Parts: sequence; C-alpha cells; structure tokens
Amino acid sequence: MGKENSKVVVLAFWASPYAMRTKIALREKGVEFEVQEEDLWNKSELLLRSNPVHKKVPVLIHNDTPISESLIQVQYIDETWTDAASFLPTDPQSRASARFWADFADKTISFEGGKKIWGNKKGEEQEKGKKEFLESLKVLEAELGDKPYFGGETFGYVDITLVPFYSWFYALEKCGDFSVEAECPKIVAWGKRCVERNSVAASLPESEKVYQQVLKLRQIFGVE
Amino acid sequence: MADKVILLDFWPSPFGVRARIALREKGVEFEYREENLRDKSPLLLQMNPVHKKIPVLIHNGKPVCESMNVVQYIDEVWSDKNPILPSDPYQRAQARFWVDFVDTKLYEPADKIWQTKGEEQETAKKEYIEALKILESELGDKPYFGGDTFGFVDIAMTGYYSWFEASEKLANFSIEPECPTLMASAKRCLQRESVVKSLHDSEKILAFAYKIRKIYCV
Repeated sequence: MGKENSKVVVLAFWASPYAMRTKIALREKGVEFEVQEEDLWNKSELLLRSNPVHKKVPVLIHNDTPISESLIQVQYIDETWTDAASFLPTDPQSRASARFWADFADKTISFEGGKKIWGNKKGEEQEKGKKEFLESLKVLEAELGDKPYFGGETFGYVDITLVPFYSWFYALEKCGDFSVEAECPKIVAWGKRCVERNSVAASLPESEKVYQQVLKLRQIFGVE
Repeated sequence: MADKVILLDFWPSPFGVRARIALREKGVEFEYREENLRDKSPLLLQMNPVHKKIPVLIHNGKPVCESMNVVQYIDEVWSDKNPILPSDPYQRAQARFWVDFVDTKLYEPADKIWQTKGEEQETAKKEYIEALKILESELGDKPYFGGDTFGFVDIAMTGYYSWFEASEKLANFSIEPECPTLMASAKRCLQRESVVKSLHDSEKILAFAYKIRKIYCV
C-alpha cells in the first residue's frame, strides 16, 4: 500500500507538548491525519493497547501500526515521508549535533520541569524549579545564537522538539511570577517566528487555554 | 585525507563501551584516551562543555557526544559495513524505542544497586529485574534484539551486560533464573570479537564496583 493511501491517527491530548511535536511534524510533511483526543484520567482501550509499555500520549498509528515516544515519531515521520524537506541536515556531524540538542532540550525543558514551577506554591521549591528552567533555556538560547532557527536557515528537528513548550511559557510565567522574554529574549523571538509557520500555529493551543488547564491541575494537585 | 578518530572514555563505563563496540564493528582505527573523571582533561571539557561526560568521539577534530548518538553517527559515517540500525523506518523506530527504554528504565535502578543498601537496594533490584523482564519479552525467540544480527539495541544493552556480574554480586541476586533468554543473548553478545576487545574482565569491573561502594560509604 502506497504512502498516499496511508491511514494516520495520532492519539493525543491537546495540551501535551509531546503530542504537539508529532502534529507539527505531520503538518510539515503535508500528511493527512486524524487526532483522537484522549482523556488522560480515563485512557482509551486503544491507547493502552497501542502503548502498553508507557501508556502515554502521543501514539502515532500508521496503517494500524503504533509508534510511541514523540521524538521517535518525529524521526519516523521524517524517514517515511521523504518527498517534503527533511527535518535533519544531510551531513552526519550536523545530524549528530541536532540529535544532541534535541535530547538536551527534551531532558531539560519538560513537563516535569514545568511542574516544579506550577506545581509548587511561591517559595524555595518553586525558585529552584525556575532557576533550573531558565538556566537550561539560556544554554539553548546560546546555541540558537543569531540563527533564525536551531536548524539554521531552516526549521528542523530541534525546533520541532522545543517549540511546543512556547505555548506553556505564559502559564509558567503567571505561576512563577517571572518573564521568559526578560531572561531569554532570543528564545521568545524564535518562538514567535516559529508560530508564523502554519504547522506550528495549527498544532499549538492558545497560551491562555494552557494557563487555564494549569490552574485546573493546580487545583487537582492541591497547590494553594 | 586519513580519518583521525579519538575516543575520550573511561574504562568501566557501560556508555563508553557502546562507542568502542560500534567502532570495532565497523573496523575503524581509533585512538583510545582514558579520562580521569575526577580530573577531567581540558580536551574533554572543551569537546563536551554542556555535559562534561564521556564518551566523546572526536572525528577529524569535531566532537560527537552522548553514547547512542555516537553509535548512530558511527553507523552513518562508516555505512559500508555491518549496519547497526535497520534501514526500514518502522524497524528503526522500534530500535530507538527500546534503546530509550533501556536508558530510562535500567539506568537508575542499576545505579542504585551499586550505590545503596538495605531496602533502597531491594527496591532497585526489583525495578531492575522488572525492566529486564520487559526487555526479555521484547527479545522473544530472537538471538539478538536486532533479530539475526547484532544491532543498535544489543549495543546499548551490552554496556549493562558488562555490569551484570558485578551487580549480582553487590546485591546478592541472580539474573539468569529471572531472565534466561536475555542471559543467553547477553552471553552471545559478550562473545563477539568487537565486544571482547572492548571490555575489561569482570574481575576488574567487580573490584571497581567495590571501590565505588566504599566511596558511597555503603
């Protein structure tokens, strides 16, 4: 069966930055896909069956075959739909560098990292969370430098990895009482540039919506 | 121009081992440089300023960091023999998934087995075995995770296989009765030429493990 007749489904949650990566990647490649919205407190049979090891979103189901883990999905998408531009450069050294920075971004700017900010009241724990978050973001900002994208002139793998968290900045700022723009202006400029791309605009929720979701989570977790 | 390949490494490291194996699988000549992790060389700090960790592969003056990233790089540059990753995108995704599983689910319990005692160590043992069992079920009847050929996941696992004996002695347990087919695959991997040349004998690793435990006052 040709790729043109592919059936592509993404099991997702609208606020998950990880699911956003997969949606951006599919949109960048012009792939038609269906989103099945999951209730993370009541996961579907399909999700549990498709990702029995981690039971997490996103899951990419391509012609009924599931693939788990967002960065692995992005690489799979890049290697399967090869007609559109690749997310990774061609030379091995640059590819290795892109993978390194995507891994760094993935480990340091994360849902768990963000939770240290929104999941704590104002105080020592929250300050620690903010410090770690900003320190890592500054390292990424130094790597970005004056380039329009992490990929250089073209939007690529590292950009796809990090940009979903741009939609979470506002929520973190409100909960942690700080400004990402004041600390990392180049990152915010980069985020704005990325959001001008259709693939990103269509995949990221509004920052206000994310903030409302975080307030709900704060209530559930009993944070003030 | 002849390739110049240097590997900054630390002899017992299960991560460094991965890079060594990959280079040898591809028949690449390289210069091995031992790092003293308590007194890291200026070269290491310059080549891996973000993490300051080994292994670092320096190919014609340019660094590649993070062990499985190094393995993938080696596979892409020296692509003429012994492919490490499969060519099919779905098989590649599966290999990457299981390497991610290895590095997220084995790493912490393995570390805790070495560094803790009592209840904390018991909990770590349980988690370690649980993760190994999931891996064993993925391995199934295959000789290697890569199928008939030694591949990406096998290279990732061999780092941990090299520490099996030391972990068993430190925490007083045996992996074979819990995961017999995984152990069979481990033995197969440990006999490969590229692996034999890249590993120090288990006595040395065990002695190192005891030294580490003393440092953690266990």
